[in-house]
Amino acid sequence: MWHNLSQLFKYRGLIQTLVVRDLKARYRGSVLGYFWSFVNPLLLLGIYTFVFATIMKNDEIRTQPYGVFMFCGILPWTWFSSSLLESSASLIAGGNLIKKVLFPAEILPIVSVFSNLVHFLLGLPILLGFMIWQQHLPSFPGVLWFPVIVVIQLVFMLACALMLAALTVHFRDLRDLLSNFLTLWFFATPIIYPYFREGVAQYANYFKWNPMYHLIIPYQESLFFPVFGHYRSLLILGGLSVVFFLAAYWLFDRLRDSFAEVV
Amino acid sequence: MATGSAISLDHVSKIYRRFGGNQFATLKSAFLQRSILRDLQPKETFQALDDVSFNVPKGSTFAVIGRNGSGKSTALKLVAGITKPTSGTVNVDGRISALIELGAGFHPEISGRENVFINGIMLGLTKREITQRFDEIVEFAELKDFIDAPVKTYSSGMYMRLGFAVAIHVDPDVLLVDEVLAVGDEGFTHKCLDKFAEFKRRGKTILLVTHSLGLVERFCDDAVWLDHGRKLSEGDPKRVIGAYLIDVESAEEGYLAQTDAKAQEDVASPDSVSTEIETAAPATDEGPQNMFKADEGRWGSGGIAITGVTLRDAAGEAGHVFHTGEPMTIELALKAERASHDFVFGVALFNTEGTCVYGTNTDIEHFEAASLTGDGTVRFVIEALELVEGTYKLDVAVHKKDGAPYDYHRLLYTFRVKSRTKDAGIYRPRHHWEFSPTVQLTRTDE
Repeated sequence: MWHNLSQLFKYRGLIQTLVVRDLKARYRGSVLGYFWSFVNPLLLLGIYTFVFATIMKNDEIRTQPYGVFMFCGILPWTWFSSSLLESSASLIAGGNLIKKVLFPAEILPIVSVFSNLVHFLLGLPILLGFMIWQQHLPSFPGVLWFPVIVVIQLVFMLACALMLAALTVHFRDLRDLLSNFLTLWFFATPIIYPYFREGVAQYANYFKWNPMYHLIIPYQESLFFPVFGHYRSLLILGGLSVVFFLAAYWLFDRLRDSFAEVV
Repeated sequence: MATGSAISLDHVSKIYRRFGGNQFATLKSAFLQRSILRDLQPKETFQALDDVSFNVPKGSTFAVIGRNGSGKSTALKLVAGITKPTSGTVNVDGRISALIELGAGFHPEISGRENVFINGIMLGLTKREITQRFDEIVEFAELKDFIDAPVKTYSSGMYMRLGFAVAIHVDPDVLLVDEVLAVGDEGFTHKCLDKFAEFKRRGKTILLVTHSLGLVERFCDDAVWLDHGRKLSEGDPKRVIGAYLIDVESAEEGYLAQTDAKAQEDVASPDSVSTEIETAAPATDEGPQNMFKADEGRWGSGGIAITGVTLRDAAGEAGHVFHTGEPMTIELALKAERASHDFVFGVALFNTEGTCVYGTNTDIEHFEAASLTGDGTVRFVIEALELVEGTYKLDVAVHKKDGAPYDYHRLLYTFRVKSRTKDAGIYRPRHHWEFSPTVQLTRTDE
């Protein structure tokens, strides 16, 4: 396992190439090309703003402007959910590589996570532009936490991706299960409502078992709210993510030999 | 690992699990029936390799031959490291490049140029190495004009050529080749062979899985023959191929004997002919109008019946596989219900396209029928079977002098002719070549 893990570092060139390939291939042939990476979050932003700031108007003062508040949570959530969906299917989709070429299988889910990271990063300028327009910029010390949160989410998601990819090979229904579960998970995470809202706060004991709870709140605190307060739970999640990653990698490594036969 | 081995397999076995329809296929069933543990124990297994050992010395070209399903590709996958042996060990010394699935990592939407880079990196090259070899790769694949077009617009030949070109420019120490030489036209195949020869000269090791025995004989230093996952023979390619061919023939023999038996089962004896034959044209005593176009079958008025047809080789052994130039006898067993003095025996050979290669009968050859009573035997002796390689079918008949058949067997017997010479056509005259002293040639098959 440790040997394979160290090999993983050697494959960074390959990962990079495959991520670039993914991005190139995704928009090849479409008129707007890379522009879609910007347009998609922009449209999403428009829809949510319309629904939650106009139709279901909300007058909680701390979450104004509401569009900016939601966008701070939706961007990382989109990264999370699309990475998981893609990576769970990645080994089956890349079956040709696993069966016919000597190819480190873990690269495939990892590439899914990273190419979605690029989309996430491309969404940030939109967020920034929106913030400037709404005259609500992030407060200074909190925003420094942003890269830390991204790294922790990355580790957590790599772990999820490896585990899901390995298990989906054996249990194909995980894919469908996952897409439904992600919808539930989305609403169980304080993204379109603030975590301090009454009715949420009283169930905080349950919410704290949701790892995304401890990621989304720091995102919102770092980009939207004036005070960054949830760093302790964030760092604990970071530590646990590393452990989780090692466990997931171990599982992946154990199942590795079965991939070429079962895929 | 023996010293100087590039590849060594030591008592290697590989067992594949065969999953049945509803085993371990879904989470739901696994949980609902609490059958995870039970399902993890495979009920059925398939032994792809059974205790196979061989060593490929460094710098040699080594062939793995065998029939379909003999475990050749599994062996190659084990060497490539794509799958792991169930028991035993596989050792490989040096960098491997596997020509197993060409262009496996190509993405259809992006250009050939970008795919070369990605594929190269997947195969273990660095970006710099690929840049250096890029022109050579494109040149080799003969895709200069198309390299910037997306790969999805390529023909399958172009796709394979590009895959081959990348894989072969990885510059491996050990090259694994799985039946991929059929990717281009003659010219491209020659280029590939030249490339292999160059590999060989530079002291690299090649492991070749192929059905092209000529290639093995010309090209390889050693060969191993696998059959049903077991190693049957190893050593000098000529000897191994010889043994393999004998086995293939006996398998073919069995297959042809089966086909024959089936063909004869399908048509009944002449008496019950009218109800049973559907494939044969009108099941009348006269038989079909145009004899050369009829389907297989059996018809006739009876009276004289051909009760058995046997093909015999030089030693008198019955068989279905014969060699060009060797004798063959067609033996007809006869049964006459009553004494007759109007009968003609006929024989005709057809190739698979249905062309009559040769046909004759006793009347044409000036035999005058005198009498036939009870049982009898007729032999049509071919002194030397001058036919090119292929499968042939046989018509045999006994009929009246005016053509009305007693018993006509149409295309019911099949035999196969094997030849070391891949000549073509339907007629193979006895021949030899002569050259004046200024024309010098050497034979390669002796």
